[in-house]
Amino acid sequence: MSKILEVRELNAWFGATKAVKGIDLSFEGNTVTAIIGPSGCGKSTFIRCLNRLHEEVPDASAEGHVLLNGDDIYGKDIDPVAIRRKIGMVFQKPNPFPSLSVFDNVAIGLRLAGLRRGAMLKEIVEKSLHLSALWDEVKDKLNAPGTSLSGGQQQRLCIARALAVEPSVLLMDEPTSALDPISTAKIEELVTELKKTVTIVIVTHNMQQAARISDSTAFFLLGDMVEYGETSKIFTAPKDARTERYITGRFG
Amino acid sequence: MKRRFSDYVFRSYRKRKSVNAAMVAALVAAAVIALIPLVSVFGYVLQKGLPALNVAFFTELPKPVGETGGGMANALLGTVTLVFLGSLFGVPWGIATGLYLSEYGRGRLAGVVRFSADMLASIPSIIIGLFIYALVVVTMKRFSAIAGGLALGLLMIPTVARSSEELLKLVPEHIREAGLALGLPRWKVTLWIVLRGIRGPITTGVMLSIARVSGETAPLLFTAFSNRFWQRGLDQPISSLPVQIYTYAISPYEDWHQQAWAGALMLVMLVFAMNLLTRLALSSAERARK
Ligand SMILES: Nc1ncnc2c1ncn2[C@@H]1O[C@H](COP(=O)(O)OP(=O)(O)OP(=O)(O)O)[C@@H](O)[C@H]1O
Ligand SMILES: [Mg+2]
Repeated sequence: MSKILEVRELNAWFGATKAVKGIDLSFEGNTVTAIIGPSGCGKSTFIRCLNRLHEEVPDASAEGHVLLNGDDIYGKDIDPVAIRRKIGMVFQKPNPFPSLSVFDNVAIGLRLAGLRRGAMLKEIVEKSLHLSALWDEVKDKLNAPGTSLSGGQQQRLCIARALAVEPSVLLMDEPTSALDPISTAKIEELVTELKKTVTIVIVTHNMQQAARISDSTAFFLLGDMVEYGETSKIFTAPKDARTERYITGRFG
Repeated sequence: MKRRFSDYVFRSYRKRKSVNAAMVAALVAAAVIALIPLVSVFGYVLQKGLPALNVAFFTELPKPVGETGGGMANALLGTVTLVFLGSLFGVPWGIATGLYLSEYGRGRLAGVVRFSADMLASIPSIIIGLFIYALVVVTMKRFSAIAGGLALGLLMIPTVARSSEELLKLVPEHIREAGLALGLPRWKVTLWIVLRGIRGPITTGVMLSIARVSGETAPLLFTAFSNRFWQRGLDQPISSLPVQIYTYAISPYEDWHQQAWAGALMLVMLVFAMNLLTRLALSSAERARK
């Protein structure tokens, strides 16, 4: 399998505080990688470095290399804006854009990037809503405000929004932690389906979720990556004692 | 007799309920009292102005002293022109300042800008008029609609800027991040996602400030001046409702007093109509996209 994303010696800071400490990690194409670890261990910070969103926080900085298909997104003269089109993100809290319709929420990324052709836009929006398994539920209310959907639907709308610009990697930061069990199950199902088209990196606090949907798992602790491996191995025979303690719920 | 805990709870519950009722009554009373001036001002203007209001008032120029009848059509058009000019200048500038303060403004410069906006807001409007007089009227060597519009626009900037800033700050950071995560440059996210998302509330702020300057008299006295005839051009003196009302109200003629009341009523209605129209336009634009 080919490595689509390779992280080398990645460090990230908030001011003078180091939150991510020299991470090396690779992601295979069309797989799901789960990032687990106790609260505050730097999971969010880490994945926000992968699309260069971390540096948008005042005083935050990052250093290291992240190779997307071999090209360093932290290289000189690289425009973070262009990177973010290739590496999309879904956030913990469903956050459809206020006062935009369901349709416009999905279309806006393309529209603001300059796509004006209505027919093509419609096609891509429809495709994205199908991909995010939302189409059947919203096809009759594409003009309703995005915020009028249920929490679970809003989160799938956000997934559709991210997919519309056709990224090759999708970062998900605890995408189900604000959702009910049924919505959560739908999104888990969706993730498994989506890996046919994109590579997924998902942060989760839910061990069962990580075990169910991911191919590989990375365990973070205090900004370090303690262990990385096939999900089945990590959950059945972790090498590190700290990993074992965490996944069996004895700390964190 | 042994008392149970529930007895206490029940007693305190009754007490709590009656205290609550008293508080609600006090709040309702306060709200009603606050409404009294509004209702009575409107009622008084209506009662005094309505008798003098007729079609001619909306279509005719003022008559010379001694002749009865005539209207304030030129002043109505003048006020609309002045407010339009003022908004053309004050609204974009105000919103741009608000955007700077909320989205980009950090450090010293932002502090200075914020402080200046607050200072500007607290300067009496007559001083703003004097400033434009010195800057524009003296330079152009004549009173003009442009000068009046600039004075009104300058009055709008701080209120529009600060209300926009406050509203923009209410937009959660993760909305901006979601926009950035789509691979959009920050300025596009700011304009087309953040600002657009709150254009309703922003418009309300803008309308409030328009309503506020529509009735300004002092800054117009020595900028737009007044004009008994139809306006000729934007570089010419122009009539306005507040100045016309002022002129008529301090005159010794009973007929003019009547007209001043009618003018006041017209001004109130104008502001009301502008508010209503903007709201309608906004909600129909919302519907048109569907
Ligand atoms: N905006 C910020 N400013 C300063 N420090 C921050 C900021 N955000 C996070 N941190 C710190 O960076 C460290 C890593 O935080 P991060 O949000 O990446 O953790 P996390 O693993 O995602 O936690 P959680 O599971 O609770 O989401 C924490 O110690 C946190 O206190
Ligand atoms: Mg987090």
